[in-house]
Amino acid sequence: MNAHVNQNSVSAIDNIAKGDVLLQVDNISLSFGGVKAITDISFDIRKGEIRAIIGPNGAGKTSMLNVINGFYHPQEGTISFMGQQRTKMRPYVAASQGISRTFQNVALFSGMSTLDNIMAGRCLKMHKSFFWQIFRHGPALDEEIEHRKVVEDIIEFLEIEHIRKDPVGALPYGLQKRVELARALAAEPILLLLDEPMAGMNLEEKEDMSRFIIEVNEQFGTTIALIEHDMGVVMDLADRVVVLDYGKKIADGKPAEVQADQNVIDAYLGVAH
Amino acid sequence: MFYREAGQYKTNYKDDLATFPILQDRIAIGIYLVIAFVAIPIFGNDFFINSMMIPFLIFTLAAIGLNILTGYTGQLSLGTGAFMGVGAYACYKMTTIFPDINIIILVVLSGVFSAGIGAIFGLPSLRIKGFYLVVTTLAAQFFLEWCFIRIPWLYNYNISGAIEVPQREIMGVIITGASASPTARYLVVLSVVVVMTWIASNIIQGRIGRSWMMIRDMDIAAELMGVRPLQAKLSAFAVSSFYCGVAGAMMVFFWLGAAEVESFDVNQSFRILFMVVLGGLGSLVGCYMGAAFIWMLPIMITIAPSIFGLDINAATVEHINFMMIGGLIIFFLIMEPHGLARLWSLAKQKLRVWPFPY
Repeated sequence: MNAHVNQNSVSAIDNIAKGDVLLQVDNISLSFGGVKAITDISFDIRKGEIRAIIGPNGAGKTSMLNVINGFYHPQEGTISFMGQQRTKMRPYVAASQGISRTFQNVALFSGMSTLDNIMAGRCLKMHKSFFWQIFRHGPALDEEIEHRKVVEDIIEFLEIEHIRKDPVGALPYGLQKRVELARALAAEPILLLLDEPMAGMNLEEKEDMSRFIIEVNEQFGTTIALIEHDMGVVMDLADRVVVLDYGKKIADGKPAEVQADQNVIDAYLGVAH
Repeated sequence: MFYREAGQYKTNYKDDLATFPILQDRIAIGIYLVIAFVAIPIFGNDFFINSMMIPFLIFTLAAIGLNILTGYTGQLSLGTGAFMGVGAYACYKMTTIFPDINIIILVVLSGVFSAGIGAIFGLPSLRIKGFYLVVTTLAAQFFLEWCFIRIPWLYNYNISGAIEVPQREIMGVIITGASASPTARYLVVLSVVVVMTWIASNIIQGRIGRSWMMIRDMDIAAELMGVRPLQAKLSAFAVSSFYCGVAGAMMVFFWLGAAEVESFDVNQSFRILFMVVLGGLGSLVGCYMGAAFIWMLPIMITIAPSIFGLDINAATVEHINFMMIGGLIIFFLIMEPHGLARLWSLAKQKLRVWPFPY
């Protein structure tokens, strides 16, 4: 379908077959001063799957995402993405490797329109130099138009045509979340990290968002890692689930297995001592 | 009433991405340009051109420079006056060293020096933000002022410590120095300001401008989308200082004729900052409005009594002036904290849907 949306300039991704390990996290430990946010966590994300990360509040889920896309640098452990092990990495390097994300609290560019926000997601794909930008005719404008077409495809895909020109600050929360997803998709990610994509939404909005997540996964083949508190959504969407509690991994497996795990039940419901 | 976009359909993205997508706006810009390039040189008297239009345009350019940094990239700065000074002194030195090169080329080149200095003083912005950055740019202001006084080479060891503009001409028309006509200087300044406004608007709407605004609105998310903070912030500092430098060079060469370090002190920085805040952060139209408000309105208030034949003591007029300007600034900022440009765009928005605003 959207041929140019799915095109990815990174060819290394083609060498990895669907179902093979895309991202491997090994023995990661992260602490802030004396506070241990993550202790010795290992798991993997395979190409083409929807991987959920769940756990009670403060379990270290968001910290884990921040480690994956380079905001935090873990004291111990290694991460390898597409077979390449990496050390300390800045977020923009992670972005250029094809890792894109949305935030728990919407982090849109509030002074810009919906269209500009989504165009912002394509900034790594645009290369015309300062010289051409000065004129805004010829090559720079051609490039702008070419990327505008891709952005319009994404806008159509996420059904946000009517708010194209609106400033994002004035949009209702559910739509802001959707624009943020659009912005992340505009970068044509290999791995998409969603931090609570359905927080604070009503049932209808959650259904819409679930539909978009599944469609992104199936149509574009994007690998997705998501954090979510709504267990119904997680059990329906995810192929595999990893459960964290107090910075430690307590379970990992298919949704049904995790659901039946005694450690998980204890973590969520509490346990009598 | 006449400001409607009904019936103006866009059938391709190129039209939709135009700087002025609405026909009436394009007509209005055309009219403004005709007034500025034709009507004012023909009908304006020397006082109007020399004391109002030329400084208004120069301050507008400086305000655009500061707006690129503060309004579009979100980096506060109080070094504007010093960066203007760098442009002025660089231009002065270059006219001494290369007397045969076209003065307009030298004015533009002096912006390059200013851009370099600006980028160096922009380095702290990578680690510090907000008011703390203001303090470091203030340090730049004081340091550069010190240089303008203590390095006599910059003003050719002139005993008065001032830089004096030599006479230069283009195609037989004298455009700098004491004998240049106000109209000639006005047309040079106007051309430079119009072209540089156009360039600023192009950069802002493109990839680079978007990366500046991303840094301004949410620097963490910007970094995650692949914006390098180093490149984005330093390019904003460089472009901003370039504009300020050209404005400073033009201020000395096409308006004042001679200048000392006082022309580039911290008060100048504050004046430009007020223009930007009052006009509207993140708006190019706002730069024109802010500069007109801060520079032209006081002059108009000062000359108003004599026009109406009222005999009021000059000192009284001066005090009334301060009170009125101060009052108006407070009034406008309470009414619309986002500046005159926002008021303007709200008015246009209302006009667009008038008389059925639902």
